Amino acid sequence: MYPDDFYYSKDHEWLRIDGENATVGITDFAQKQLGDVVYVELPQPGAQLEFHQSLGVIESVKAVSDIYSPISGEVMKINEELNESPELINEDPHDKGWIVRIKVKNETELENLMSASEYEKFLEGLED
Amino acid sequence: MQRTRLFSAHKTAGAKFVEFFGWEMPIEYTGIIQEHMAVRKKAGLFDVSHMGEIVISGNQALDFVQYLTPNNAAFLDANKAQYSALTTPQGTFVDDLLVYYLDEHAYLLVVNAANTDKDFQWILSHKQGFDIEVQNKSADYTQMALQGPRANKILQPLTDIDLEEMSGFGVERGSVEGVEAIVSRTGYTGEDGFEIYTLAQNPEKIWDAILEEGKTYGLQPIGLGARDTLRLEARLMLYGNDIDESTTVLEAGMRWLVKFKKGDFLGREALLKQKEEGVRRKIVGFELLEKGIARPHYPVFIENEKISEVRSGSFSPFFQKSIGLTYLPVDHAEIGTECAIEIRGKRIKAKVVPTPFYKKEEKQ
Repeated sequence: MYPDDFYYSKDHEWLRIDGENATVGITDFAQKQLGDVVYVELPQPGAQLEFHQSLGVIESVKAVSDIYSPISGEVMKINEELNESPELINEDPHDKGWIVRIKVKNETELENLMSASEYEKFLEGLED
Repeated sequence: MQRTRLFSAHKTAGAKFVEFFGWEMPIEYTGIIQEHMAVRKKAGLFDVSHMGEIVISGNQALDFVQYLTPNNAAFLDANKAQYSALTTPQGTFVDDLLVYYLDEHAYLLVVNAANTDKDFQWILSHKQGFDIEVQNKSADYTQMALQGPRANKILQPLTDIDLEEMSGFGVERGSVEGVEAIVSRTGYTGEDGFEIYTLAQNPEKIWDAILEEGKTYGLQPIGLGARDTLRLEARLMLYGNDIDESTTVLEAGMRWLVKFKKGDFLGREALLKQKEEGVRRKIVGFELLEKGIARPHYPVFIENEKISEVRSGSFSPFFQKSIGLTYLPVDHAEIGTECAIEIRGKRIKAKVVPTPFYKKEEKQ
């Protein structure tokens, strides 16, 4: 379910390292909690993000929630397909539903994040 | 948390649950948008057993209902239900409700789950001088709603009631899948459909039979999430959002249910005065002209002045845009009026539009 080469945050974002950039999205657990996503507010490319800063907002039919940046750095690219097809976050949260690509400023911040097995354990804890 | 008698059926069907005023209710099964469209195009089955049922009985049952509610309960009979309200002396809402005639000396009030206890206390506090009894029967009733253009076809084979003969707000007693029930042609979705009440201990017999019969018609169970988006498109009021103890029946656009000529009732004087002087504000529908979702309590601006706030607001699955309801001063409430909704500090353009947002196609 949760890819082994991703990092995960307690706020249910995932992060994948691609060279010097990190691709960020929300996890399958998060999209299930939100339900049908109907609108995504994305940051501007070039924006500087701090660790755990809100980088955008996801609106589902029933709720609105912030997306927190799991890492500091500059926004290199946003997933513009989400403007027309926000449902990609529900349909394919770990791939086509990616949200932003960030140029990693400080790799040591990855230590704040969980591995796939740690994240799965973390989710089990939430279900109690 | 309370559970309805159909809880295990929802669990089996894979429902996601939510706490709703002390009840553990299905919020969605497959997803709000998909469920919403199923009700608009085919049919959906809702468990709404969390709704409250209060029975008023006794020699003066009619007089008492007349006193508590602005609509004319004298028009009711065994084959007719009525939308009405419990009103304060100020003409505002304690609740909105459906009134059913059980017999000459007994009426059933179907009230909002969130308000059942409050309503019961309110009714008790006004019974002095009336020869009546009040009972909270909420725990005894199971209520289901079968809604959508195919509702009629699905329900007919399961019941001895002639559904074709029932008009809007019509009521019949009969059996559904062999279980005794009250069936009314009512609902909260803007579609044709029925609400089914039963006191039976095995209501899942009805639930299961309807789902089985509906299989070939595309029927599916629907959660509270889609119930909310469906009712908003149809501009059906939600207590706590659109109407409450601060909004009058006239401001909420329900002049039609206030029958001044029937005699005295709680709130009559205040409503009569407001009718003569005219309301200062009224409820209107709006849609966003830019991207975003307007949600309850977001500020509403007209010409840079904060003038109101969003009452109900949601994404509309049918129209694929953001819609909502708000109260505006009558001189700014005309269709086409431009306003703005503040979403996370940003003003998003909106305009006043006609309601209901959605109207079902009339039968040819």
